Amino acid sequence: MTETLTGAQITIRLLERQGIRNVAGIPGGAILPIYDALGQSTVIHHVLARHEQGAGFMAQGMARVSGQPAVCMASSGPGATNLLTAIADAKLDSIPLVAITGQVPRAMIGTDAFQEVDTYGLSIPITKHNFLVSSAEELLEVIPRAFRIAASGRPGPVLVDIPKDVQTQAIEVAKWPEPGTALPAVPAATEQIAAAAAMINAAQRPILYLGGGVVHSGAARLAVDLAEKANLPTVMTLMALGSMPVDHPLSLGMLGMHAARYTNLALDECDLLIAVGARFDDRATGKVAAFCSQAKIIHIDIDPAELDKIKTANLAIGADVGEALTQLLPAVAENAQKNWGDRVDALRAEFPLHMPEAANPRTHFGLIRAVAACLDDAAIIATDVGQHQMWVAQAYPLRRPRQWLTSGGLGTMGFGVPAAIGAALAEPQRTVVCFTGDGSIMMNIQELVTAAEENVNLKIVLMDNASLGLVHQQQTLFYGERLFASQFKVTPDFIKVAQGLGIAALDLDLAADPAAALQDAIARPGPCLIHASIDVEQKVYPMVPPGAANREMIGA
Amino acid sequence: MNATNRNEQAALARAVLEIDVNNHPGVMSHVVGLFSRRTYNVEGILCLPVEDGTRSRIWLLLNEDQRLPQVIKQAEKLEDVIAVRRHHAEHAVFSQLEEFFRP
Repeated sequence: MTETLTGAQITIRLLERQGIRNVAGIPGGAILPIYDALGQSTVIHHVLARHEQGAGFMAQGMARVSGQPAVCMASSGPGATNLLTAIADAKLDSIPLVAITGQVPRAMIGTDAFQEVDTYGLSIPITKHNFLVSSAEELLEVIPRAFRIAASGRPGPVLVDIPKDVQTQAIEVAKWPEPGTALPAVPAATEQIAAAAAMINAAQRPILYLGGGVVHSGAARLAVDLAEKANLPTVMTLMALGSMPVDHPLSLGMLGMHAARYTNLALDECDLLIAVGARFDDRATGKVAAFCSQAKIIHIDIDPAELDKIKTANLAIGADVGEALTQLLPAVAENAQKNWGDRVDALRAEFPLHMPEAANPRTHFGLIRAVAACLDDAAIIATDVGQHQMWVAQAYPLRRPRQWLTSGGLGTMGFGVPAAIGAALAEPQRTVVCFTGDGSIMMNIQELVTAAEENVNLKIVLMDNASLGLVHQQQTLFYGERLFASQFKVTPDFIKVAQGLGIAALDLDLAADPAAALQDAIARPGPCLIHASIDVEQKVYPMVPPGAANREMIGA
Repeated sequence: MNATNRNEQAALARAVLEIDVNNHPGVMSHVVGLFSRRTYNVEGILCLPVEDGTRSRIWLLLNEDQRLPQVIKQAEKLEDVIAVRRHHAEHAVFSQLEEFFRP
């Protein structure tokens, strides 16, 4: 049956057909027709963010926990520019996002119209692809295609800019397109899999190096199976944490700048590095020439441009990592060899990760462990960016893929709270904890009121050292202790701020029994901010100094 | 733009890329943006529609350096890029145009 629908109605209908149930955004003049249509939808819940960047990160939170593309919306001009940081963040961490922006009417494009900005041009370098839609008819092709592109291959953000007159243009719709879904990846060549298996079987000191691609591909279980069968000590990037339970006997935890010493020292000795869905980021490799310098490299990645980009691989396999591991698993030999495992265990015993005062909830590590003690593996753990992020990465017992939401590539302060809200909306049955700092939370603090409005089950653990901790740390260590612009002279009363923005608050500093108070706050449903002061002199250790090789770590 | 004099230009190895793309506003920005954001200078550009005009062909003249294979891979990932072919600098496409660029 033919229906007469506007571009706005078509857009919303296509989102419904994609299975979208939550959309985060803020309306404005140039996107009002779409909002008018969205208001009529009985299946899509709109989350009214208080800043478009918050909306972008909420959509990211939804996408990161579900693995499916999520949607954010903004109006033209400042609405669109405010989204950009969240889109760039999604690009660097390969998160499937569809951002829909309103644009001034076509006839006014290029006239410096009110709230006109070149959203298409601005978003080219930070999206996987982008569209400026020129007719209502075109929406029928562009919207499903945007979802297909966001989800296919290496996932990423797609922006669809829709002029206001395209939103109001009415057309006859006789037939709806199929929803856009991920295209199947090209399978790995069998001879390459055989070559990889031969290299693994011949290696004396192999290490498996898991990246975020393992999470995106849903291949965590396969990666653990491979590690167990071939007896492979396994390191994870920041993005891959949770792929292998951190307390698994083969897990060496996170590698790189803030890894445990034994992890980087084991990598330094390995003779075969099996990189799976990882991109040899500088925070993971340190000085590239010195990274695994004795090792041959097998590199499996779905993005051919990642192969040989930073390190030339001895064997580069362009494939979906889940598909490649499925083929690889039966081809590798059971390996009972003990020498390398014993050597790794000796390194672990000699150079462990030091977590001083981990039993005291008034310290940074102690607080993280105390929070973990209140939760099981079903919980979702989000962070902001800074010292607290690295401490949580080091100390939280992450055991499940998609349990861990953190801004890796772009390192965006302000990510945590809105991403955690999005996660809580997408998976309301779970408890979501967001670790944040007093610097990071201020960058999207307005979203606390969104958390109140949505009544999400979110516990924000604010580690407050009244400073920009990582800047403070670097100035202390590498800039002659010249502390500048890293200490806040005035800090907010976060308890009052939280209460003022409509959510419960707990000051752990004042709690007689902090562990019990924490347990109580986390067990109570709904949003809550938990404030805890921490020592500004604490550093994220160990640390690879900028430009140094990973073996040259400083600190504990 | 990289400031290189005539002698330095001559000493550099050149490469010519032939890129088939979908023809719509914005494609050129996508392609040349890959180079500019890597501070990789594009020495020459030619672009015309082919066949019925739904597609275009972009010719790029580049100085060859070690980043070229990576940029080609990135270009191949663009949604609107259908194919990238690499030619040697002696390719006729730019040399035949020289008469339009005499001082």
